[in-house]
Amino acid sequence: MLTQPKSWVLVLLILLGCTNSSYASLTSVDPKVLHIINRLSFGPRPGEIQRVESIGVEHYIQEQLSPDSLSEPANLTSQLSQLETYNMNPEQLAQYASLGPNPTPEARKAAEKVANHILDQAIQARLLRATTSPRQLQEVMVEFWYNHFNVDADKGKDRLWVGSYEQEAIRPYTLGRFRDLLGATAHHPAMLYYLDNYQNRIVGRPDGSGKYTGLNENYARELMELHTLGVDGGYTQQDVITLARIFSGWGIGQVTSDFEFNPKHHDFSDKVFLGHKIKGSGEAEGEQALDILARSPATAHHISYQLAQYFVSDRPPATLVNRLTQRYLVTDGNIREVLIALFHSPEFWDQKSYQAKFKTPYQYAISSVRLTGMVVNNTQPITNILQQLAMPLYHCQTPDGYKNTEDVWLNPDAMTRRLSFATALANGNLPLLQLPEIKPKPLDPGQLSNALGNSLSTKTQLAIASAPPQIRSALILGSPEFMWR
Amino acid sequence: MKRRNFLLHTGLFSATAIASLSSTAWVARSAVPNSNEKRLIVIFLRGAVDGLNIVVPYTETAYYQGRPGIAIPQPLKDGGVLDLDGQFGLHPALAPLMPFWHQRNLAFVHASGSPDPTRSHFDAQKYMESGTPGNGHTGDGWLNRLLGEVAQKTPIQAVTVGDTTPWIFYGRMPVANLASGRGADRKLPIDRPQVAAAFDKLYQGDSSLSQTYREGRMARQAIMNDLDEETKMANNGAPLPDGFAGDAQRLGQLMVSDPRVELGFMALGGWDTHVNQGGSKGPLAGNLEKLGAGLAVLANSLGSVYQNTVIVVMSEFGRTVHQNNDGGTDHGHGNVMWILGGKVRGGKVYGQWPGLATNQLYQGRDLAITTDFRDVISAVLENHLHLNDSQLSRVLPSYVPTQRLTVV
Repeated sequence: MLTQPKSWVLVLLILLGCTNSSYASLTSVDPKVLHIINRLSFGPRPGEIQRVESIGVEHYIQEQLSPDSLSEPANLTSQLSQLETYNMNPEQLAQYASLGPNPTPEARKAAEKVANHILDQAIQARLLRATTSPRQLQEVMVEFWYNHFNVDADKGKDRLWVGSYEQEAIRPYTLGRFRDLLGATAHHPAMLYYLDNYQNRIVGRPDGSGKYTGLNENYARELMELHTLGVDGGYTQQDVITLARIFSGWGIGQVTSDFEFNPKHHDFSDKVFLGHKIKGSGEAEGEQALDILARSPATAHHISYQLAQYFVSDRPPATLVNRLTQRYLVTDGNIREVLIALFHSPEFWDQKSYQAKFKTPYQYAISSVRLTGMVVNNTQPITNILQQLAMPLYHCQTPDGYKNTEDVWLNPDAMTRRLSFATALANGNLPLLQLPEIKPKPLDPGQLSNALGNSLSTKTQLAIASAPPQIRSALILGSPEFMWR
Repeated sequence: MKRRNFLLHTGLFSATAIASLSSTAWVARSAVPNSNEKRLIVIFLRGAVDGLNIVVPYTETAYYQGRPGIAIPQPLKDGGVLDLDGQFGLHPALAPLMPFWHQRNLAFVHASGSPDPTRSHFDAQKYMESGTPGNGHTGDGWLNRLLGEVAQKTPIQAVTVGDTTPWIFYGRMPVANLASGRGADRKLPIDRPQVAAAFDKLYQGDSSLSQTYREGRMARQAIMNDLDEETKMANNGAPLPDGFAGDAQRLGQLMVSDPRVELGFMALGGWDTHVNQGGSKGPLAGNLEKLGAGLAVLANSLGSVYQNTVIVVMSEFGRTVHQNNDGGTDHGHGNVMWILGGKVRGGKVYGQWPGLATNQLYQGRDLAITTDFRDVISAVLENHLHLNDSQLSRVLPSYVPTQRLTVV
């Protein structure tokens, strides 16, 4: 599908009426180059394919695995610095959006507005980075881990905290040790709130207002089922209860709005968790439990499966998953090392894996915008299409996060919407560039094709070539090949 | 959860047939007949509507004691409820629905709701839409599973109003979308004939991607044509009303003009009345007025189809019996469900009334639940859509019926 006789390239050249120099080299890209870019990034921007061809695939992998070696462009840094709430911690955010005592209805409305503003800035920051940052693998992993440790902004205070959660608990650890990532998410108020652990306390002890509450197993259950061991990870309901007791008292401080361990709410008895004895000692029990979970072979397998599914295919080969599991265990859960093994595996480089993943709405929208090379200033059109395609950013309702498999995202309505988005984008009808309204120009089909390394199939090229010129860019962005990565 | 691909094996719509399809071809709908012509419309009131001020237990002193500032007076008093059955009365803002009550087309199920104790909108809506209270992992909604059971191999059998797919329609079955508001019939870029023709050519193949593309095109074209025809014929050029009534009318007309559309869903927000909700008049009354008028419009615009339609109105939970210090109500438990339609056994308030005395309340503060919302849904599915037991158990897994309601 990716290589075609040169004669067809010539057909395209002629039919597109290309005469200017940007189409000087209409040879199609080495499929390996397109594959590595498709998987380690949200798709090529203009010139990226040519750059990777020149530095080589291995160099590209190494560069992406060391995001700090790549500097973010000044324009992006400047855009992010204008989002004044983006780097606030939970306490600052809570103050920023605080309601005084006995708030009036007007004050409530105002606070609601501030909360929406905070969320909007988090969304903008994520989309600006995804479309523009050269640290693409980091952005890919931010999305991957966010979904793995999903928090929904629709749940109460999480509207304020999802951005800080991503900045403090996800982004710093995307390529680090899994245990650090796990610990950071466990302590963040966004997660403590989302999975109700802030309400989890020893049975039979009244809270400040005299109400009796008790163990809340929600976080303990998801921690094992989703975050670590996996649903078949060999734990029992008794382990869920024990883990909830271990995490009793892990909550959110009234004053700090940040993690706070409250010994009064903690069950100090000795426990046996997954066969390990844990002495009743307070907050440290939770750390011990996280150690046990992070080191478990079931966790190694679960994480490896998910990485292989994201980077290779919807149903990843068991040989690959097992190899990655071993790598995880040998390196004590070093994510970077597991990814190195993944990116050098024969399964990853099997041609069957090329273009084998159907893009999620997020991947489709971001990759489309990237292909145009536009310098995005207004992310609202991307937010809108994600909403329409049922993948609104930070709004996945279930704790398992958004899936990345074809069966979830390929449906008739989605195709209609994707193609309408592609057409609007190609025609310059999406106000991505500036606020308020400087309209982008219609896109040049030759440049788009070139940015894709002229990799479209002959069949697609012919269909495009026979369409009226003003529609061709839409057809490239809406082509079957561009629906896959 | 593999998505069903209708056209893949049917051979009904070959690539070339679609590519050369003229708009008139869509008028020939007999290709995919609707076997039972039964319709179901679900309307979800997001934010937890205050059911105690909708179907008011006006004989309960506890009701008036708990709500001195917001209670609706007894029948015949100034701003009083419209008497339903000597025990309950309807909020006066819902007067447009009284004719349906008198025709015995409108029923209520009081003290109903989800057995899960959560008072989080977020969790409660998810549970009600997934149809699995307490289980946050269900990956699809019960309306989508229902669609799987009654599938007629057409991509517009189910229609949701508004831009996003609601949780209740999540799942493997394709659901068509009717835009909300006056722009419902606004053309998308893909609707332009030149653009559509070019994409048709690009997606001619037999791949599942191409098949899916063509299903999407079919659904879109059918809806746009239906709206177009209806706007021209039924409205005689007059603009549709704005807001809920307009959306309701468009959905009703779509169902009339296209018998393939069997399941509809709409959501309506603005019910989370923590502050100054008002009584006979006020913000809640204003919203109820719009809802009541819209439901009447919906029923009327369905025309003869109304005889075969059931409309269910539901909300995630009810609100506290006592008003709070801000003249509003807080998150509660039991609520009221509404059932409207030509064959509904209406004119009756169903459900065992638990009472509002403190010792009768759920956790000492809320209306208790005596009817699981799934008792109501399953009654509709069984008696109206004629699902059998095994189908029912797939639509509402892990639900064990506790009572039989004969509401339809």
